[in-house]
Amino acid sequence: MAVLLRGGRVVDPQVGLDEVADVIVRDGVIVEIGPDLTIPKGVTVECAEKVIVPGLVDVHTHLREPGFEYKEDVRSGTRAAAHGGYTAVCAMPNTRPVCDTGSTVRFLAERAESAGAVRVHVIGACTAGQKGTALAEIGDMVAEGAVAFSDDGHGVADAGMARLVMDYAKQFGTTVISHCEDLALVGKGVVNEGAVSTRLGLPGWPAAGEETMVARDIALAELTGCRVHLAHLSTGRSIELVREAKARGIAVTCEVTPHHLFLDEDVLDTGYDTNLKMNPPLRTAGDREALIVALLDGTIDAIATDHAPHASHEKALEFEIAPFGTTGLETALALVITHLVASERLEWKDLVRLMAQGPRAALGLPELRLEAGMPADITIIDPEARVEVTPALFESRSSNSAFLGSSLLGKASEVLVGGRFALRNGKVVD
Amino acid sequence: MLSSRHIIDIRDLTTDDIMSILDTAESFKEVNERRIKKLPTLRGRTVINLFLEPSTRTRTSFEIAAKRLSADGVNFSASTSATVKGESLADTAATLSAMACDLVVVRHKYAGAPRILAKHMDAHIINGGDGMHEHPSQALLDLFTMRERAGRLEGLTVGIVGDIAHSRVAGSLVPALRAVGATPIIIAPPTLMPARPDVLGAEAVTSLDEVIGDLDVAYMLRIQMERAEGMPFPSVREYSRLFGMNETRLAKMRSSAFIMHPGPMNRGVEISAAVADSDRSVVLNQVNSGVAVRMAAMYLLLGGEGGGGAA
Repeated sequence: MAVLLRGGRVVDPQVGLDEVADVIVRDGVIVEIGPDLTIPKGVTVECAEKVIVPGLVDVHTHLREPGFEYKEDVRSGTRAAAHGGYTAVCAMPNTRPVCDTGSTVRFLAERAESAGAVRVHVIGACTAGQKGTALAEIGDMVAEGAVAFSDDGHGVADAGMARLVMDYAKQFGTTVISHCEDLALVGKGVVNEGAVSTRLGLPGWPAAGEETMVARDIALAELTGCRVHLAHLSTGRSIELVREAKARGIAVTCEVTPHHLFLDEDVLDTGYDTNLKMNPPLRTAGDREALIVALLDGTIDAIATDHAPHASHEKALEFEIAPFGTTGLETALALVITHLVASERLEWKDLVRLMAQGPRAALGLPELRLEAGMPADITIIDPEARVEVTPALFESRSSNSAFLGSSLLGKASEVLVGGRFALRNGKVVD
Repeated sequence: MLSSRHIIDIRDLTTDDIMSILDTAESFKEVNERRIKKLPTLRGRTVINLFLEPSTRTRTSFEIAAKRLSADGVNFSASTSATVKGESLADTAATLSAMACDLVVVRHKYAGAPRILAKHMDAHIINGGDGMHEHPSQALLDLFTMRERAGRLEGLTVGIVGDIAHSRVAGSLVPALRAVGATPIIIAPPTLMPARPDVLGAEAVTSLDEVIGDLDVAYMLRIQMERAEGMPFPSVREYSRLFGMNETRLAKMRSSAFIMHPGPMNRGVEISAAVADSDRSVVLNQVNSGVAVRMAAMYLLLGGEGGGGAA
């Protein structure tokens, strides 16, 4: 099938592209980009006033399958991804059973093949059962297609084990993704330790609980030479540590989430809204600003959603026992456009860097550029469309969004995955 | 009438609300000294004591208060509740709501639980203590007791000593004192201080002896070892030596100064037996005032809607 994307603003800093042009896609690949193109037959998408970018990829998604299909599964999660403008997601392994063997990686890859609306890259566990005590079968998982390894949801508490994981993973050239949480410091913490924990009488999750692990894992990345990606960083000091590490040439990358970029602990007020309960927790306004500065100066490699769907009856519990997390796939793009692109703090090329190129580079995924011969994984964005964040918005099975009630600007209108429409006119294609 | 439908955080109440509760409690206190200690004020109204965490004195105090106002009081305690069978608090709220109760007093191990009830019910809510957050009726009875003993609240300097970080009593008492023009000072080792004492609104000091001569009231908190993550001080002996109230320290206080404690007391730890039993201690006055203050709180939340007179 041939597709002509006509008259859009085509943006890809990897090939120095930012101009109004047409794009022709045929048989799943980009065949030509240029002015005034035509196709003899096929589908034409009018892209005037729209922005055409390389397919967005989320490096941090919880698809919940297997084990928690009542929250999300491969089908609903990838539909949510397509709806949010993503052509690929990286699925975290904290499922039941934990994705810690070659067979669970294969199961997920096959589910993605049969039910996925977008591509799914599987992340395997670092340690068996994510228990932090024995190496998982990393080699087997690599053989089945796992792209990176993480005990996300927990930090690897034992430094010796964390080193072993990195030493071992390095032989396969894969990335280890670190969830930076020192449980001895964090304890039962559920909100940022400080003004809000004091005011609400909730156990505090101190910034140092993250920063000490960031420092440790940077040291281990240097020691082992393994590529390390630091997940969902939330504090200004964590970012400073990454900045210093990068300046010293250590192979470390990092991500931040929209909720840490655009919300701070003050939104917790006295409402005890469990949709605002995250791990790591929402931090201070100063941390938030430090994250935004680091987005602009290149310290941060990726904006990741940490899409964490939970059923409404789980989030309806008391704050201290409700699960951590917010959904994110369907609001991330709109949030970045609303808060950073529309206000001209971020340019479109930076959005491509942070939501398409950087995530791929961090996990060593194949490059994706808007040029002839590349797979046609493409996101088309209508920057003027409005997004009202209500439970009715979501393709995700869960609607535990921290941004419920928001009115946002900008959304994906079309998503092409391997030349096939996963999203057309804002609707997910079955 | 109060300006708030609920008493969940002490900050829900204005200073006028607080003074109104204290003044109303004065007349109820007189009722409690009569031979027949009962008023028809809340006849036909249903009050549920939803105590999902063990408590004897607070639950009993609320229960007596409800009975003395002729309300129909029902106890819904942890051992009998559906919560042990896995029912969520939101579902419990819906169930109680369907029973058309008028007021729920809730004690819960997690902060914010009363807010969940308020969200899911039409009934008025009184927070009987939620996690490490607040215990506003305790703060109100403490203010009542202080005013009764000192004759005033404005200008009093109140030292609150002990496990501030985990204390819902301190969580309510510090802002309550500020609201009525008193000066709270929180006194504890750094390991028992909240992350941001300034947010509570009190000066924080780590030496009791440094400020003891300035205090009109020493409010000794119970050391709640079960709430702490680990031993937050080296030994009970050392804690008692540094932060305990004893006769030596009492002698350094102003002659008019007095000692309070929310109970139950660990004698020999935060307070010596001699001080606890001395006439400088108003611990039993606090318990006694509790019934009257809780009657006032219930009356002003419910009776203020058209019930009978206060006394």
